Order: sequence, then C-alpha cells, then structure tokens
Amino acid sequence: MSAAGIAAQFTELALAVLLAPLLTGWVNQCRAWLQNKSAPGILQPYRVLAKLFQKEVILAHNASSLFRSAPYLIFGSLALSAAIVPTLGTDLPLNEAADAIALVGLLALARLFIALAGMDVGTAFGTLGARREMMVGFLAEPALLMVFFTASLISHSTSLSTIVETIAHRELVIYPSMAFAGVAFVMVSLAENARIPIDNPATHLELTMIHEAMVLEYSGRHLALIEWAASLKLFVYMCIGLALFFPFGIAGGGDWLGLVLALPALAAKLAVGGAALALIEMLSAKMRIFRAPEFLGTAFLLAVLAMLVHVMLEG
Amino acid sequence: MLAPRSLRLASRVLFPAGAVAGLALAAVALQAIFGSPASRVLPLGLPDLPFHARIDALSAFFLLLLGAVAAGISTFASGYLRAGEGQPPGLQCLCYHAFLASMAAVLVADDAYFFMVAWETMALSSFFLVTSDHRHAEIRRAGYLYLLIAHLGAISILLCFGALQAGTGDYTFDAMRRIEQPAGWATVAFLLALAGFGAKAGIVPLHVWLPEAHPAAPSPVSALMSAVMLKTAVYGMLRVTLDLIGLPLWWWGVIALAAGLVSALFGIVFAAVQTDMKRLLAYSSIENIGLIMSGFGLTLLFRGFSMGTLAALALTATLYHCLNHAFFKSLLFLSAGSVLHATRERSLDRLGGLIQRMPWVAWCALVGTVAIAGLPPLNGFVSEWLLLQAFLFTPGLPHAYMNMLVPVAAAAIALAAALSGYVMVKFYGVVFLGQPREARLSETHDAGPWERTGLLWLAAGCVALGLAPVTVISLLDPITRSATGYGIGSHAGSWLFLAPIEPQRASYSPLLFFIVATLLVVVTWLSVRIFYHGRVRRAGPWDCGFPYLDSRMQDTAEGFGQPVRHVFEPFFRITLETPLPLDSRPRYRELVEDRLWYWLYLPVARAVERVTALVTVLQRGRISVYLMYSFATLLLLLLFVR
Amino acid sequence: MLQHFGPQVINLLAAVLLLLAFAMLSQRRILSLINLFAAQGFVLFLSTALVAALTDQKHLYVSAAVTLVLKVTLLPWILHRLIRRLNVKWDVETLINIPTTMLVGILLVILAFNLAAPISQLAGTVTRSTLGIALASMLLSFMMMITRSKAVPQVIGFLSMENGLFFAATAAVYGMPMVVELGVALDVLVAALILGVFIFEIRERFDTLDTRHLEKLKEH
Repeated sequence: MSAAGIAAQFTELALAVLLAPLLTGWVNQCRAWLQNKSAPGILQPYRVLAKLFQKEVILAHNASSLFRSAPYLIFGSLALSAAIVPTLGTDLPLNEAADAIALVGLLALARLFIALAGMDVGTAFGTLGARREMMVGFLAEPALLMVFFTASLISHSTSLSTIVETIAHRELVIYPSMAFAGVAFVMVSLAENARIPIDNPATHLELTMIHEAMVLEYSGRHLALIEWAASLKLFVYMCIGLALFFPFGIAGGGDWLGLVLALPALAAKLAVGGAALALIEMLSAKMRIFRAPEFLGTAFLLAVLAMLVHVMLEG
Repeated sequence: MLAPRSLRLASRVLFPAGAVAGLALAAVALQAIFGSPASRVLPLGLPDLPFHARIDALSAFFLLLLGAVAAGISTFASGYLRAGEGQPPGLQCLCYHAFLASMAAVLVADDAYFFMVAWETMALSSFFLVTSDHRHAEIRRAGYLYLLIAHLGAISILLCFGALQAGTGDYTFDAMRRIEQPAGWATVAFLLALAGFGAKAGIVPLHVWLPEAHPAAPSPVSALMSAVMLKTAVYGMLRVTLDLIGLPLWWWGVIALAAGLVSALFGIVFAAVQTDMKRLLAYSSIENIGLIMSGFGLTLLFRGFSMGTLAALALTATLYHCLNHAFFKSLLFLSAGSVLHATRERSLDRLGGLIQRMPWVAWCALVGTVAIAGLPPLNGFVSEWLLLQAFLFTPGLPHAYMNMLVPVAAAAIALAAALSGYVMVKFYGVVFLGQPREARLSETHDAGPWERTGLLWLAAGCVALGLAPVTVISLLDPITRSATGYGIGSHAGSWLFLAPIEPQRASYSPLLFFIVATLLVVVTWLSVRIFYHGRVRRAGPWDCGFPYLDSRMQDTAEGFGQPVRHVFEPFFRITLETPLPLDSRPRYRELVEDRLWYWLYLPVARAVERVTALVTVLQRGRISVYLMYSFATLLLLLLFVR
Repeated sequence: MLQHFGPQVINLLAAVLLLLAFAMLSQRRILSLINLFAAQGFVLFLSTALVAALTDQKHLYVSAAVTLVLKVTLLPWILHRLIRRLNVKWDVETLINIPTTMLVGILLVILAFNLAAPISQLAGTVTRSTLGIALASMLLSFMMMITRSKAVPQVIGFLSMENGLFFAATAAVYGMPMVVELGVALDVLVAALILGVFIFEIRERFDTLDTRHLEKLKEH
C-alpha cells in the first residue's frame, strides 16, 4: 500500500462516480450517430440528474423505509464496486478487502435491493420488473463468476490486482480461454446493464421492460440516485472488461507516472468500448423475454467451456 | 406439569431456563474445542453395555452450534407458545427439551449403543413435536412419513456400525477407531453411513419427508429441526468418515459431491416454485445441506489425494456453512412463525405488506434473507467464499477426469447460490413487501418481547459470524487438524483480513468492506441532503397512471416462480388445468410436484404392499394353524441347536 | 516470431473450432448451420496454412488451398442450392432440448480430452493438446447428427466430423501423408453422394425430410 496507491484509489472512486453519466451520454451519442439521428449532447445525463435532484420526492402511501433507503444502499454498493475494480492502478488498498468473488457478491447485493424496492409498492410493473431482473440475475451471476474463475485460474489468484498484473505484465500470450471468457463476459454485461438484446433502455412499453419497470415508482432525488447508479454499473462492467481483457496501460504499484498516463489510456479505452456497445445494440434486436434464459445459458456454458479450455490447453 | 394451565409455567420459566442452559452449553463447548478430548463412562445403560461419552473438538463445535442456536429458539418459543393447539403446552415443553437433550447426547456419544439410543430418542421426540397439532390429517401424515424415513435411516446407520466393528463385537468408537478396515468393508460402511445420515439430513432422493415435516411442525420446532437436527446428521457423517474410518478414499468424495450437487440444485429449484412459506424454507434447507455435502465431498477428495491443506480449507468451509445455516435458517423459520401467529396464514398467496405492521420481524427477516442469499458482508457469503476458493484449487487434482469435472461442479454451485438469491427475494418480497393480499392483514401486530429477543439474538449471530470470520476459523482449526492433519487457522490472516491461503491469492475483509460501504452510503445521503433537500410528499402509487390499483395486481408466489418453472421444466411434474373459452366460471390450476415421489416412492410403496399382501397368507385365523407354526419352529430349533 | 506465436495461434484456432462445434449444436436455423460449417472450413484453412508455414511442408499449402476451395466455397454453395431446391429453410427441431445437449456436449469434451491425453503424450509437437479438442469436436458433430430429426443437418454433422478429423491430422501431428488424406476425402465424397441419394428417396416416399418418418418401416 503506497501513497500512489491511495491516490489511485480516491481518484478511481471520484472518476467513476463523476464520469459514469458521461459514459452513458457517450453511448447514447454513438447510438444516435449510428441511427442517423442527432443526440441531445454528451452532457445530457448530467442535466437530467440535476433536474431530478431539484424535484420533490413523491412516495406512495404504502412505501416502506426499505423503499426510501434502497437508492442510497444501491448507490453505495455500486460506488464500492467501482472502488475495487482496478482502472488506473493495481495497488489499491481496498483490494485486500474484496476480491473478484466479493465483487460479484456486491453486484448481487445491489440487485437484491433494487428488486426488493421494486416489489415494495405492490404494483404489477414493479413485481414484473423484479421477477425478470432476478431471472436475468440468476443466470448472469454464475456466468460472471465463471469468467472470473477462468481469469483466477490463469493468474492463480482471485484478487483483482493480481489478476490484472499477471495478465498485463506477462509476455504477450494468446489465451484461448480468455477469448471464450470474453465472449461470455460481453453477453453477461449486455444482460446485466439492461441493454439490447435483453432489455431496451429507451423503451416506453412497460410490458417489455426489466430495469425500468422496477423503478417506475421512484421520483426526485431517489430516481436520480438510481439512474446514476445504473450508469455507474455500466462504467463498472466496462472497467471490469478492460481490466480482464485489455489491461494495458494500468499502472503497477507505486508508479506515479504510470498513474498519470493511465488516465488518457482509460478514457481512450472507454470511448472505444462505448462505441462498440452502441454498435452491438444497433446490430441486434431485442429478444423475447423467454429467449433471455437461452442467451444467458449460452453465456454460462461458454464461461464453463473457457474454464475447461484453460485446463486442457494451458494447464 | 402436563396440564394446560401450566402454559404460564412453561412459557415464562421452563423455556427461558432452556435458553440459559443452551447458552451455558455453548460456553462450555467453546472451552472444550481448544482442550484435549475428554471421555467418560456414564452410569447409564445396561450392566454390560454402559454409555461412553466423549467430547472432542468436533463434538464441541456442534455442541456450540446447538447451544447458541437453541438459546435463541427457546427464547422465541417462550413468547410463541399458545394454548389450545392440539398438544398441551406442558407436553410440548417436555418433548422439546427431550429433543434438545437427545441431540446433545448424539453429539457426545462415544459408542454405537449410546449413539443409537440417543438417535432414536431424537427421532421420537421430534415426531411428537411435528405432530403437535395432531387434529389435522395432513400433519399426521407428514409425521408418519418423517418417522418412516427416519427409521429407514436408523437401520442403515445401525448396519454401518455393524460393518465398522468388523466382527470384534466391541461397539465402542475407540475400538472402531483402532481397527484398520480393508477398503471393501470401509466402502460398505461409508455408503451405509451416507444413506443413513443422508436420510436424516435430507439428501436427494431421501428428502421427501423434509418438505412435509418442517411445515407441519410448530415454527420453533421447524427451526430447531432445520438448524440443528440436520447438522447432527452431518456430524454423524463427519464422525464416521473422518474419525472412525480414518483414511477416506478419494472416490467417496466424488459420490458425496455428486449427491450434494444434485440436492443443492433440486432443493433450490423446487423452493422457487413453492407457494407455502415454510415449504419454501424447507426446500431451501435441502439446498444448503447439498452445499454442505459438496464441501464434505471436496474434503474427502482432497484428503484422498493427500492434499492436506486444501482438505482443511474445504472442511473449514463445510463446518462454517453448518454454523451459518443454523443461524440464518432458524432466523427465517422463526420470522415465518411470527408471521404465522400474527396472520394465521401460511400460504404466500394471502400475505403481503407486513413490513408496515411488523417492522421488527421484517428487519430481522431482511438480515436472514441477505445472509441466506450469500451476500457480503454477512455470514452466508463467508462460507460460500471459502467453498469457492477450495474449488479453485481443483484443476490441480492429480486425477485425469476429476481435474475437469470438479470445476464444472463449481459452476453448478454458483448456479445454486444465485438461485437462492432469487428464492429469497420471492420469499421476502411476497411476505413483507407490496400490498396486503387479504384485508384483515392490516390488523396484524408485531412480535412480542420474547420473540424479538430470540430473533435479535440470531440476527446478531449472523452479523457477527459475517464480520469476524478469522475468529471462527481459528475455532475450527483444532477440528481440521484432528481430521486432516492440517489447519488453516494459524495463517488465516489477521483479525481484519481473511486470507486463508496467502494474501496474494485471495483476501477478504468483511469489517473493512462493511465500514467503507456504510461510509459511502452515509456520505451519499448527507451530500444529497446538504446540496439539495429532503422534501417528501405522499400520494397514491403511480402505476403508470392506472387509477384502480388493487392487491391482486401484484405478483403471486406462483407468478414469481414462473421463470424458474419455465427454465427448469424437466425437473418438475406439472399438472395443468386451464379454463376452456366457454366456461362460465374459468378456473386455472397448476400443481407442481416432485417427480421422485412418483418414480421412486410410490412404486416402492406398491411393491411393499404387494409383498405384505403375500405375507398375509400366513394369517389363517384358525388356532390349529398357529399351533402348527409354533410346533414347526420348535422342531426346527431342536434339530438345529444340538 | 512465427515460431513463438504460431503454436499459440493454432491453440486459439482449436478453441475456435470447438466453439463452432458448440454453436452448431445450439443452432436452430439451417442457414446458420451452413454458414458455421463454412466458418469451420475457414478455420481449417488458416490452421493448415499456418502449419505449412511452421514446418515448411509444401504439400500442406496445396491442402490448405484445396480446403479453401472445397470447404469454404464449393460445399456451402452446393448446400445452399440444395436447401433452396428442397425448400427446407425452416427451423430445425431437436430431439432433446438445447440446454441438455449443451450439458452433454461439455461432458463429451471432458471425455474426449481425457481419452486423447495418453495419445497426445506420444506426439512430438507443441500443439499436441489440440488432439483432444479435435476429437471433442468430432464427437460433438456426431451428437449433432443424433439429436437432429431432419436429414440436411445430419449430413452437415457428418461433414463437420470430417473437419474435426482433418484438424486433428494437421494440427496435432503436422500433416498426414497425401495418400491417407486423399483416401479420407474420397470416403467422404462417396458418403455424401450416398446421403444425397438417400435424401431424395426419403423426400420421394414421405414427402418430408423428417427422418423420424423412417420409423414407419418398423415391423409393427
């Protein structure tokens, strides 16, 4: 744990929290460009958040204290997960507090609270969203865990810093298992972040919603926190993908220069990743909800195959 | 003592006394874990077969589990007991404490005779407790099924002890420890133990009694059965395999692992489609026992290949999960009991919105829900984390097929864990959140002071076990050392960090995690308050502008389980009754049943009936025939015993 | 540089081959099946060319070119024409559902790899672990033949079995003698011809390509 590490930790957390809406704005911008439309601008999510924070919260009569505290709990969990993933440097003090499995557990915790909040007011859409979100969750979470397992088997550790350091600083080796794991990870990310082909983030049809349906009852600052948390989740997933599959540019321990250079590297990688996400969304169509288990089942089996390929070819 | 008016005596004096005794037992056991094994010959039993008792680290750990959890449950039961429900409360109190005492006796028994006597007492006292409310036919039926399978298991355990004593006639465990079994007999003993203890633990396919007996019993009894009785079966398995047989073969581990995986997946998939609160929790117990069995299988696998440190890791994960499950499952069963008492409803389709009227129960149940879903920073996550860490070492197994099959098993475990999150959201959301599905639910009252104390004790246990894992692991160290020769407690990290193998490999700090998470949540709340405002206005629910919202529009329990029913269809036997277009009163009915009941149990039951029908040929009713039977037996004996 | 990266790329191509075999198992549409078969042929072409460059065997370049022409261009074209003539572009049903087939597929992969392990110890090349993967993709194609009920996917399964065999030969042992290769190719050609006749006969008699109708030939 060095001074550079502590600086990296705080910078990462602040960067994640402050820039996550920018990433969402960029993805929306790319999507609009690809569809030949004009987007409202990269800073639009910030304007939306500012507007929502000003507004008053309107709570249903039977909304409980769980409903009121859930947005803070969700935001806190996702901020903590952003602090754990190595985006700028690998010498993070919090890395000894939580490893890859704890990260998956943390994301599951956020999902549990948002599902419970969706069920709290007792509307049809809230429970529909909660049920679908947990369905996506119970298939996506094992797939994500298996992707981390594959990375752990390669680097002989579940600690995220060690994984990143092993993959980044080894001589250039092509890992077929990481190729499989990469495909599985992309599929899982699309599902968990409520993107096409699982869920359409821009839809207005409630019966096709998953994520949006759960938060229909939220308003004002609560809704602002939840929207922010959703963009933070996208940021975290992209950073996990970059850390596992493209970790070049992440500074090693105690390296101030590397830390400064890691910032533009991260920005460039996220820009490319956001554009790629918009491209994938453009090229796919939203699936029927009951094709989603097949999609995620394929991701799960790919991740298991990745583990097997590692034992077969790289063991 | 047995008269109904002693309700006051039972609930205000005897149960709290039981709770205090439980705490005392836990304290004694805690001391005993670190001491050396102590044995004693009790002055009970037959003249030539006295009872031997012995406390070593393994027994002491399970006694600790028993004592700590029973303290919470007995406190709850003091407030829970009501008169007029079938059995008189005095009798219930007697059976309850006999049950506790017999479980403690099973844990300290050091010879087969004492063990079987205690085991039988446990089965009988729990049978009387399960059939407390014997006025209902289905409860009697559940009790009968429970007793039947318990005795089938007991026969298997008895045969196992018979195999272990290897013809010496000495049934003390000391003698069995000293005997070196050839591999064939050891395998026979292991399989008999797996069948016998597995029947009591609820491993598929011997699990059918669990979803019947747990809902039928009163809630404190269900909690005790699920939390502690299933663990005595696990204790039995550990004792027989790691202590009495000594050196296990690696492929026994594969059998145990496979049985555990099947039980885990089966249990949680069935839990997802239940509409009865307590049946859901019962199936979830089957899942957790499956996880414990998988950990046990992994221990045997590593031990069989002489990978001692890893076997210690797997055994630590197994024992930790036993302790965790005892705490969070009893917490959930007791919350269900409070709900049942307040609303008189067991069916999930008639509950809802109880967080408003029963906040204490609801928040304790939330702790239990987060714990059972295996989420950080509570205790369920720690044991799952340890188990997954153990699985990460399996590609290094020296056997060609195992190093690829066992990592696939890890994927199945991850799936079962994720499904348990789903099931618990269903349980908590349908019972406590949403709108009340019945009008009279708005008049329910919260749990009383005794019940609250019990629930808080168990919830505090969940939190403590989650935040201080290194302390617990150091507690488990003497057990793993005696069982596998290694222990991970000595270098499992400091009080702050849990790093069972080495810090670069894997490290987790629940306390730091919890502190930072709380800090972030508080900072967020404060910032929002400071920079913006905290104004709230109450209105009707938005519901996309639909004005006629009522409670029937939210998901039923059946509806919430529909995705699992769709994805895992081959597991179930579904009978569907859909309405026709021209029905004046359309009815929709869906019955989800266990296939094993139709494939295994009913055919066996029919075969037994056929055989007994044949045997009834012997009953003629005429005295001369019976006298002839006696005469023939006498002749045979005279001829053979010369 | 080539010596360093070459074997790694071959391992990667082996993994892609396995992925394609699984993808073919889980595909519902016949058009995608043919495209995946063409992709398999392309992977084969790449790996043969790479092995040829690594070991400097000229006849493997010829082999690679023949693969490119036949398996990537000609055969898929013929198959496309066939299904258009037979009018069988609809979705394929499977006899057992897709998740179960994938699970059995994973078990087959484990089995194949462990069966091939002692043999691959004998081979002297760096990429000998690909033998297990090639055997696995052969078994998966065989399973595809078993679990499909229509004739055309069964034929594609048979052809992709030969792909697996070819990959095993080139990647694990760096090429087989020309005679063996020609013999195998001839066998496959003859089998494809017979299968073609078979398909048309089924169509004539039952007016459908669903091979389950062949059960009508049972005695009772």
